[in-house]
Amino acid sequence: MSHSFTLDGRELPFVPGQTIMAAAQAAGVYIPHLCHNPDYAPHGSCRVCLVGVGRRQVSACTTPVTEGMEVDNNSEAVQDNRRAVLQMLFAEGNHICPVCERSGNCQLQAVAYYTGMLAPHYPPFFPRRPVDASHPDFIIDFGRCILCELCVRASRDHDGKRVFAISGRGLASHLVIDSESGLLGDSCFAVTDRAAHVCPTGAILPKHKGFERPIGERLYDREPISTVGDLRAHEDEVD
Amino acid sequence: MPEKVRVATASLCGCFGCHMSLLDIDERILQLVELVSFDRTPLTDIKTIGECDLGLIEGGVANAENVEVLREFRHHCKLLVAVGACAVNGGVPTMRNQFSLKACLDESYVSGVGIHNPGIPKDPEIPLLLNRVHPIHEVVKVDYFIPGCPPSADTLWTFLTELLAGQPIAFPYTQIHYD
Repeated sequence: MSHSFTLDGRELPFVPGQTIMAAAQAAGVYIPHLCHNPDYAPHGSCRVCLVGVGRRQVSACTTPVTEGMEVDNNSEAVQDNRRAVLQMLFAEGNHICPVCERSGNCQLQAVAYYTGMLAPHYPPFFPRRPVDASHPDFIIDFGRCILCELCVRASRDHDGKRVFAISGRGLASHLVIDSESGLLGDSCFAVTDRAAHVCPTGAILPKHKGFERPIGERLYDREPISTVGDLRAHEDEVD
Repeated sequence: MPEKVRVATASLCGCFGCHMSLLDIDERILQLVELVSFDRTPLTDIKTIGECDLGLIEGGVANAENVEVLREFRHHCKLLVAVGACAVNGGVPTMRNQFSLKACLDESYVSGVGIHNPGIPKDPEIPLLLNRVHPIHEVVKVDYFIPGCPPSADTLWTFLTELLAGQPIAFPYTQIHYD
């Protein structure tokens, strides 16, 4: 027996157990997201994939589809909340796009473009967070980390290394590195790790090739992320 | 003939790149001056602001003079617009927010490389620096934001023409970028 639900009024099939995100992606419908990556277990932390179900808004990446469910992926109310979530992410970190090597290839930026964000709106925190350039091949700018845990999940579940973890609670939550000094250069992190290539922002960056592709010719400079797809599909061009 | 829309512009803690981008509309500036007249702006070199319809602010807020100019603009402009990354979120100058003001001044004027006659300038004519650099919406109410470092000439042209035509402002995808 086939199962179906509706997404913005369009009837789509689903397999029991599938999340709204997975069913939408299978049907080629884009739902904006940052912490979601189909290679890893859903995390539901960034809240960018909010969709309307009944009178509530839920994260599409963690909510299973049910028979006949009506999902709103496009209303003004949903887009407003996604934009507000993104504005909070921008205000909480140090996202100075003009000086970031990831700019144009950045999923955080691209999703913000997609939702029509013109400014971060909230008073910025300007957190004082260090840059770790101790590793020969990679640099970490903690000010750009949005705590999506993709590097944590990739290192733990794919690389079998557990190089990264989130420490602290609430506002004090921050990314930590498993090495005696706490520095990336003293950990077992390597270019070949999946964890090196999953960051949706400019927090984990490869060295020596930041401006190989000029601004204006990058992934999301001409077409929106809903057309181009995630960084995951374009790793060869970016890292 | 209806009265022209009065426009004022200022560069606070910015690099004048956004003003350059405005000039980059090239010959379209002739169409623009048919519709607007410029009040206080670095383009006219008028130093005091009168009653204006539109104020365009480039740059964030980094010193006491920036605060004063920004408040004056808010007071005199019906519509105030943050133009460019620095006005919108503080931009590149906010990189100094990672350090204390004292550390920045020491590095620039006391202990940095290649400094002769070390000493922090204290001429009363030099505006005092704020502890941190701020986006303008932290100081005054802002009516509209145009991101970009700088926003392209086409972005500014879209904004100005649609605003002056009284239309809702809608940018094509390529005209909105944060870098």
